[in-house]
Amino acid sequence: MKELICIVCPQGCHLKVDEEHGCAVTGNSCPRGAEYGKMELTHPTRVVTSTVRCQGGLYPRCPVKTDRAIPKERMFDVMAALEEVALPAPAAVGQVVIENVCGTGADVVATRNMPSRR
Amino acid sequence: MYDLIVIGGGPAGLAAACAAWEGGLRSILIVERDKELGGILNQCIHNGFGLHHFKEELTGPEYAGRFVKLLGETGVEVRLDTMVLEVTGDRQVHMVGKSTGYRVEQARSIVLAMGCRERTRGAIAIPGARPAGVFTAGAAQRYVNMEGWMPGKRVVILGSGDIGLIMARRMTLEGAKVLACVEVMPYSGGLNRNIVQCLHDYDIPLYLSHTVTDIRGKDRVEQVVVSQVDDNRNPIPGTEMVFDCDTLLLSVGLIPENELTRQAGIDIDRRTNGAVVYENMETSLPGVFACGNVCHVHDLVDFVTAESQKAGAAAADYVLNGPDGLDPGVVTSDERLLTVNNGGGVTYTVPQHIRPGRVEKLCGLFFRVNRVCRDSEIRVTSGGAQIARFKREHLAPGEMEHIDLPKALLDKAEGELTISIQEVSK
Repeated sequence: MKELICIVCPQGCHLKVDEEHGCAVTGNSCPRGAEYGKMELTHPTRVVTSTVRCQGGLYPRCPVKTDRAIPKERMFDVMAALEEVALPAPAAVGQVVIENVCGTGADVVATRNMPSRR
Repeated sequence: MYDLIVIGGGPAGLAAACAAWEGGLRSILIVERDKELGGILNQCIHNGFGLHHFKEELTGPEYAGRFVKLLGETGVEVRLDTMVLEVTGDRQVHMVGKSTGYRVEQARSIVLAMGCRERTRGAIAIPGARPAGVFTAGAAQRYVNMEGWMPGKRVVILGSGDIGLIMARRMTLEGAKVLACVEVMPYSGGLNRNIVQCLHDYDIPLYLSHTVTDIRGKDRVEQVVVSQVDDNRNPIPGTEMVFDCDTLLLSVGLIPENELTRQAGIDIDRRTNGAVVYENMETSLPGVFACGNVCHVHDLVDFVTAESQKAGAAAADYVLNGPDGLDPGVVTSDERLLTVNNGGGVTYTVPQHIRPGRVEKLCGLFFRVNRVCRDSEIRVTSGGAQIARFKREHLAPGEMEHIDLPKALLDKAEGELTISIQEVSK
């Protein structure tokens, strides 16, 4: 039996995952918690949120995220890929910045509208 | 003359303005000192926002963007780069802006939504040298996430509030080495999920019941000394650990930014450091409302939104259906009033006063507990008799609690309500 704190939402449910019985999850308040408990023991994933360089933007950095969770052990590979990006302003929220980043199947997308510097 | 002036264009101000527009007000002004709307959300690039309000997981900028878009569909006027200098008792707002200069605007109602600011090194009196490299976590967050500067390479974080935890992860992802997160209390001030996904994920040690007792370095931080503390939070000699680092980030609490509120003569609650409010977020000054982190520091923006919508709707109601001519005061002479008291285990409540006659169905009540509790009951008593109880499996000071009190129950109460926590065996 493994005890985990669910990170799906800010509620932070205290989960118990039974590895010997197909990773059955108890202590969750929603189905997403059950899924998280199972995933965390089999192949943990995370959404990466970071920034990329933004050329001519209101700010020098534009925030981005992976549009889905990627394998936890690939996070630093994604960070290295973001380092190579120079996004021209203006940028729009949801705009794809890197397609299929590091072959994870996730796209990196902008998380705000970034107007050009006035 | 504006129907409503909203001071602050962060999540609280945006939600209040939108709700007031929906409530029927057509001359609304938001005054914001930054160069864009959205407030602190713009630098909170991590996700986890919006699960309650939008039923999906958004980053801070996305959450702000949704509200900016909603606001764009209204006729609400916005003045950016404009600082409010004073709010008077007769609801005049003095402001100075880059393009508009000094202006005095009259409002029929006001929503105070100025948010909060970080406690600094001076506020907690850390001994030691005064080198560069000591930042509040939120300032570092803005440098990294918006301005594109890395504050340092080897980092110690004091305080385990959410911003400190989030910055531990952020600095690690950006290539810094975070050596330790140090918390003076025996429990973390942040959300459990952030301990897991910001510290455990990166093997960053969390030292509970520890604090920083010395900062060393000539021009730049070179070392930070961390000591264990006893039950009275006094450092224990002989427990010192020395960390070689160039940066110390402080996440040691937030203070509601209430200079304007105090200046206007509005009653302040010493426990929340925000205005004393009634059930609809009205302050002691009629027609002036407060919401979001300026009223009490929240953990979740979703709750800021809900509270601010309440304040915005109440401002609209005040202007459209409120008293003509002379204000009768916040509580009319024939009106029932309940004062909410903090019982055992409770550090504060919002609202502090309830006018049962103005509650429609439910009155939401926010509060915090003063220690970590397992299997507990939240008890509501009036005149010594218990009138309601709510069960909770887990309560912590870092996680704001919320109960809804039905109107029928408030009608039964006499003069006061006391909220207390009792741990119960299962």
